[in-house]
Amino acid sequence: MSQTDIRPLPRSDRNPAKSRQQRGVKEFLQVAGILPILVLICILFSVLSPNFPTTGNAVNILRQASINIVLATGMTFVILTGGIDLSVGSVLGVSAVVAVLVSLIPALGWAAIPAALLTGLLLGLLNGALIALLDLPPFIVTLGTLTALRGSAYLVANGTTVINRDLNFAWIGNNYLGPFPWLVVIALLTVLASWFILKRTVLGVQIYAVGGNQRAARLTGIKVNRILLFVYGASGLLAGLCGIMSASRLYSATGLLGNGYELDAIAAVILGGTSFTGGIGTISGTLLGALIIAVLNNGLTLLNMSYFWQLVVKGLVIIAAVTIDRLRQRRNR
Amino acid sequence: MTAHLQPSVPHSSIATPVLEMRGIKKSFYGVPALQNVDLTIYLGEVHALMGENGAGKSTLMKILAGAYVADEGEIRIDGQPTRISNPAEARQAGITLIYQELNVAPNLTVAENIFMGSELSRGQWLDRDRMVREAERVLSSLGASFTPQDIVSSLSIAEQQQVEIARALKDSSRILVMDEPTAALSDRETERLFEVIHRLRTDGIAIVYISHRMEEVYALANRVSVLRDGQYIGSLPRDELSADRLVQMMVGRQMQDFYTHHHPAQFGPVVLQVRNISDGRKVKPTSLELRAGEIVGLAGLVGAGRTELSRLIFGADPKTSGEVILNGKLLHIGSPGDAIAVGIGYVPEDRKDQGLFLEMSARKNIALNTLQEDARMGIVNWRAVGRTASTAVENFNIRLANLEIRAVDLSGGNQQKLLLARWLAIKPKVLLLDEPTRGVDIGAKSEIYRIISEMAERGVAILMVSSELPEVIGLSDRILVMREGQLVGELNRTNGKTITQEDIMTYATGAAEVTTS
Repeated sequence: MSQTDIRPLPRSDRNPAKSRQQRGVKEFLQVAGILPILVLICILFSVLSPNFPTTGNAVNILRQASINIVLATGMTFVILTGGIDLSVGSVLGVSAVVAVLVSLIPALGWAAIPAALLTGLLLGLLNGALIALLDLPPFIVTLGTLTALRGSAYLVANGTTVINRDLNFAWIGNNYLGPFPWLVVIALLTVLASWFILKRTVLGVQIYAVGGNQRAARLTGIKVNRILLFVYGASGLLAGLCGIMSASRLYSATGLLGNGYELDAIAAVILGGTSFTGGIGTISGTLLGALIIAVLNNGLTLLNMSYFWQLVVKGLVIIAAVTIDRLRQRRNR
Repeated sequence: MTAHLQPSVPHSSIATPVLEMRGIKKSFYGVPALQNVDLTIYLGEVHALMGENGAGKSTLMKILAGAYVADEGEIRIDGQPTRISNPAEARQAGITLIYQELNVAPNLTVAENIFMGSELSRGQWLDRDRMVREAERVLSSLGASFTPQDIVSSLSIAEQQQVEIARALKDSSRILVMDEPTAALSDRETERLFEVIHRLRTDGIAIVYISHRMEEVYALANRVSVLRDGQYIGSLPRDELSADRLVQMMVGRQMQDFYTHHHPAQFGPVVLQVRNISDGRKVKPTSLELRAGEIVGLAGLVGAGRTELSRLIFGADPKTSGEVILNGKLLHIGSPGDAIAVGIGYVPEDRKDQGLFLEMSARKNIALNTLQEDARMGIVNWRAVGRTASTAVENFNIRLANLEIRAVDLSGGNQQKLLLARWLAIKPKVLLLDEPTRGVDIGAKSEIYRIISEMAERGVAILMVSSELPEVIGLSDRILVMREGQLVGELNRTNGKTITQEDIMTYATGAAEVTTS
């Protein structure tokens, strides 16, 4: 008797104002799911280490988080469609090497950033084309490109570190806009733009639709292949952007750059409550997820914990946070 | 399809009831689901339990099977008050419930399934021989055509159902409750099931049969009891059954005009022409025409190619030959998007699998096809979308608490109306409907019929695939019958001629070709 099909509901229940309010509350709760965890971890570190709760350290954390935030934002698009992009770390590596190499060409220095972005975009579209047009599983395709592009990054860098001491885009990694490092500004702008796409545009709704029910999406006239090309293209483009961000900080790039970054990006998305099966998730959740990871990295280092133990703690916190979140959702059902 | 299977045993000589449920009450979180429900069942009868979705049928049966415990009320077996507080006690009392979703382990053998949880053994060792022998005995009493050694996943749904029935008989159940057992069966399998039910009845087993399908109830039931909104409305013996009466009991109001469609004598011009369309596999070159304001029923047996034909027209599957012409213009449809752009809509048969976005809000589900209209430069005006959706909710009488409720939380009837609302929002010229009332209750059904009629009156050309013959006959102005990928018959209403189920089945089964040759 859960469905009272026959009785019309009271008028007041259809009040759109109320429903909007309810939606706001519900959305907040969705995001707030892991907000308490972030706050708790921050309090814990503040108690344990006097160096943690300072403005300088907060900016530090944001800067350390910035690359993962950008990668995880792209990953959110992909996972919302029910896919995965394992290749982002390698795309980052290739793009970074390309950026530094182009910046070394005297007449073409200005082209470094466009070249890196274009590299990322094209590699992402390659993933998308293989997945959408050949109907191959995303895990397999991007596992393949993860490996192949890592090799390519070493090849393009000729096996060494490419360095440019007069890197023309070094300001990105080292300068500030007001009190905020440019890296942080770029990350937050990426988050805002992505949030806008997912919340307010037709494209955003269609991304959720493809992830929620691909068959139904096709039958409602959504060009599913175009959506898939977009999300993998976006993921690649943002990985290219991360390549620029990394290289600008280091004045250099190697074939190894970005190795394993995909795992932190995926962790941030999952921490943020995005469902691996697609169709459910938010950008704001991903932002919180990336911040949790960054706070852990930062706090554990301040506590002088060895790198090996940091990995152990980080892994356990990810599992615990997701467990708590799932339990809470089950209770709400 | 099943009309020739009449109950074989008349039941005038029924004595003590095997089961009495008296004054059953049950609430969930303070919401009453059952209020003072009575039910009396005799041995050797098929007792149909009817009611709309949410009327309380399943709750009542779950109480009988020990899945729920009643708040108040009494259950008597053979006149003795009996306590049933868990499934084991129900089994001891001789009661088995067969759910719609079958409870079988697909990778085990039939015998292993039948004896699951009560395996026969000799000392420490499983006694496979005896289990196979026992299983064989029970299966032959059902007239089953498979062996105890068969792996269950290799059986058809109907045969898997027989495995469950065999398990019940092995437990010497005397009361068998079947919850919409034909929902997943083809017509032929349904007939086989009916034969099994007749056999069980002759063996003196009481069967409680839950179904939405009127013709099945006619074919099987000795008595019918009706629930509505958690209350017992009454029972009818077989000879007092009538569709009007049952509908009135279930819905609580008269429904003489269940099919409100008036079958106009004249239609508009031809809107859609399909010429020699084929997919090279399941649909052989097929041609048809739809006129403005016309409802054309597409009947046929399951697997005749009806769904495939409508998907071909819609561009959901690639065609190998043929053309589609809309208002005299040849279309180039390469994908559903192309079809939608010219005003062709398609409501698929499986709304959960192919139609709805279950995790999305009702608002987005309704608006998905028309988002572009409420958007500027790709940016959605959610306020406008909300207005569009609220209008649809009002027009289609969709019952929901608010527009943000997820589609998954709605009843089947409301989900279907949501889907229709989405498609009508594109203001279609042609609407292809595939089983538009599958799995919805009778109240929602009549509303969906009204919506379809209204669309036709507004000049939409409608092609409706349906396996429910009364629906095809009641709603269609013209009926096409498909068989093995081809249109084999056309039935018209010209000169007020009535179309019968037999007319359709003659074509659908190929009997027409036999008699003419």
